[in-house]
Amino acid sequence: MIRITVNGQERQVDVPEDMPLLWVLRDELNMTGTKFGCGIAQCGACTVHVDGAPTRACQTPVGSLAAGAKVTTIEGASGKVAEAVRAAWQKLDVVQCGYCQSGQIMSAIALVSSNTNPTDADIDAAMDGNVCRCATYVRIRAAIKDAAQSVRA
Amino acid sequence: MLHHLLRQAALPVATDSTPTGVTGALRELAPSRRNFLKTAAATGALVVGARLPSPALAAGGAPAGIVGPADPRPHLFVIIAPDNTVTVLAKHLDKGQGIVTGLATIVAEELDADWAQMRGAFAPADSKLYGNHFFGIQGTGGSTAIANSWDELRMAGAAARAMLVATAAARWNVPVGEVTVAKGVVSHAASKRSVAFGELAQDAAKLPIPQNVALKAAKDYTLIGKPGLHRLDHISKTDGSAVFAMDIRRPGQVTAVLARSPRFGGTVKSVDDKAARAVSGVIDVLTLPVGVAVIAKNTWTAIKGREALKITWDDSKAETRGTDQMLADYRKLADQPGAVAANSGDVAKAFASAAKVVESEFVFPYLAHAPMEPLNATVALNADGGCTIWAGSQFQGVEQMVVAHVLGCKPEQVKIETQWAGGSFGRRATTNADYIAEAAIIAKAYGKAPVHLVWTREDDIQGGRYRPLFLHRIKAAVDANGAISAWQQRIVGQSFMAGTPFEKMMIKNGVDATSVEGASDMAYPVSNLAVDLHSPPSPVTTLWWRSVGHTHTAYAKEVMIDQLAKAAGKDPVAFRLALLKDHPRLANVLKLAADKAGWGQPLPKGKARGVAVHESFNTYVAHVAEVTVNDKGHVTVDRVVVAVDCGQVVNPDVVTAQMEGATGWGIGHALRGEITLTDGVVDQTNFDGFLPLRMSDMPKVEVHLVDSHERPTGAGEPGVPTSAPAVANAVFALTGKPVQTLPFSRGGMV
Repeated sequence: MIRITVNGQERQVDVPEDMPLLWVLRDELNMTGTKFGCGIAQCGACTVHVDGAPTRACQTPVGSLAAGAKVTTIEGASGKVAEAVRAAWQKLDVVQCGYCQSGQIMSAIALVSSNTNPTDADIDAAMDGNVCRCATYVRIRAAIKDAAQSVRA
Repeated sequence: MLHHLLRQAALPVATDSTPTGVTGALRELAPSRRNFLKTAAATGALVVGARLPSPALAAGGAPAGIVGPADPRPHLFVIIAPDNTVTVLAKHLDKGQGIVTGLATIVAEELDADWAQMRGAFAPADSKLYGNHFFGIQGTGGSTAIANSWDELRMAGAAARAMLVATAAARWNVPVGEVTVAKGVVSHAASKRSVAFGELAQDAAKLPIPQNVALKAAKDYTLIGKPGLHRLDHISKTDGSAVFAMDIRRPGQVTAVLARSPRFGGTVKSVDDKAARAVSGVIDVLTLPVGVAVIAKNTWTAIKGREALKITWDDSKAETRGTDQMLADYRKLADQPGAVAANSGDVAKAFASAAKVVESEFVFPYLAHAPMEPLNATVALNADGGCTIWAGSQFQGVEQMVVAHVLGCKPEQVKIETQWAGGSFGRRATTNADYIAEAAIIAKAYGKAPVHLVWTREDDIQGGRYRPLFLHRIKAAVDANGAISAWQQRIVGQSFMAGTPFEKMMIKNGVDATSVEGASDMAYPVSNLAVDLHSPPSPVTTLWWRSVGHTHTAYAKEVMIDQLAKAAGKDPVAFRLALLKDHPRLANVLKLAADKAGWGQPLPKGKARGVAVHESFNTYVAHVAEVTVNDKGHVTVDRVVVAVDCGQVVNPDVVTAQMEGATGWGIGHALRGEITLTDGVVDQTNFDGFLPLRMSDMPKVEVHLVDSHERPTGAGEPGVPTSAPAVANAVFALTGKPVQTLPFSRGGMV
């Protein structure tokens, strides 16, 4: 049994240590908001926070999580920044197919949490690992700036 | 593709004798209908449908040949529930293009609903009730959805409104003409009474559905064409609650992954599955005609099991060439005449007396669709010998027929629960049901539990159904006045219609319409035009890819036009406008984009603008791209201005989003996208090799919509064709070199 803390709840899973966190979340805990996109940390669809840091769950063996590490997924993202980011996404109708957006939002929350006035270059650096095949990038950029502004206000 | 389909005589004809006009009522529902419809009945909802009489369509100016599906049952589209929600049944797949929002907007307008009460749900799979009027079966594609549903959903909305009004008038004992509806509230001003839709639904459902209803004039629209309506999926897709096929979890379900031949056309020779079966959690290994399926208790285990398989493949019928060799073979073919797609005047004679002649050879690589949600489907066998499928189903009609064949049941016994799809770009609409057929084959062979077949990203990138590799050779002549006196174009590339049920419809005299659309029917007047086509077969599987033939024909045409403009000493915009005087809608979007982009105004050194204009799917689009080429020759796209005329815009923000996305799609693939083969094996495996557009690549995009009340056309695809050639033409303006081989990365430009 492996113990992990997801969205503030302690969970026990009976899986091998090398099973990626992505599949633990999706297949064992039935938390399907975190998406499978590539499996090799090239698309960011599986982005979650581990102790607040954006992390690709598909390349994170569940056994590698430090004891007491706090995993936050799209279902559990909360607080001022998360609310501002979600509100901006909704206000600007960012989503198209929506499949990548859990990961985009988790990366954006991490960015705005550490930088409440990101430049275009900051956004490029923080978001280049999150692929959107619908190319909603124009609106993602605008939504991040909008969210950052609400957090600053 | 759309206009080619429309030309076909093989479209179905309405044969039933039920009254035309709006009809249908909940009580007529067959007992087998989907649960929420039953629930709607139980709770006293008003359910309204519409049938499309072809005369009404003809009167509305629809292209000839569109008819309503031939089925006497009501075609249910609108459910008004006692809880005051209005649910629109979408017969089209929403894979991000926003069609659920668009269809709901059309209904809400005629119903005078409040946008906040609108909901969307995917209609059951039933080609007779929910067939695409352009295809004859249920399916989404060719940017047809809005054009397809425009009439029937306005009629359904108006009929429901009339029933609510009649119910309120009777309840209040006032004349129907004194009852008004606005924002989901039915009112009688004189007696100061009002009531919400939901309170009328149960009584309204008892009324007959009116057969003739008046539709609003465009000047009276309060929702259609207006800003401020949020997408219906804008919340569920930001909190993780939206359910995609990948998220389906049925009781007892198992996960399957399939090992397929690394070479297209290869088959299984022998399998050693001992190590795979030894992986803890692997339940079964099945050797099937489609490959070797590993069934496991979860996805990770299934993938690990597949890695442990030892398979020997029979490549005797497989493609063993690389793409370099294929291209060399295409060049040899291009030396010979092909099947004639267009032939007018006398090209040879015109070239003999031409003032200036320009020749170009264009190369377009194989391209994967790579939707963000990898292909997957869950299949549960049912006791009646049929099954239920949960998938981002795009061609429900094809899937029902193919899966019925797999299971030996009737197509109507194949139930499909359509889910939000994580992108498609054409990939989920296949002529043989493809991955859904695989899932059904595996579910049938396994037989014990619902099977969720998952493609990994590697399966997707290496799994074929690519935009075909294409070669274009063009020779064209221009005179000093800017007239194109001759244009000879030879196209070489695989046909993805050959060998499919659509072959008869789409291939005429050896010409696959999807290979030449946008070339053989180009808008520019050419007095001597010759376009021909070679369609060399290969086991490499190919498919339509967002905007289909226009992905390559528009690029070749528009980059060629800039070369001709230069040869004639003309400005690219002025050169085009002079040629397009008989094409006012194309000329209009071209002028609009050029004006908004500041065409002709000076730019700093190292920057230039490029332009392209094209019609596809009955929609007119122009792009102006502002591009930087640095001293290393690297290209950056800084700003893009798009103008689009898609007739009556239903949701301006959704159309704008489609133009933004299509611009990124076109440019991203032009910059770096390619699938190559070495000895028949795909070189790329994932997003580290098949390089997607990323945030830092994305230019600023400004979209301008033409204000029009023409019938609405499509928006999902038409933004793609002009995006890449506009960038190429900006590069041409800066470097003097036309970009003839894609992607740009091949020329060291990225």
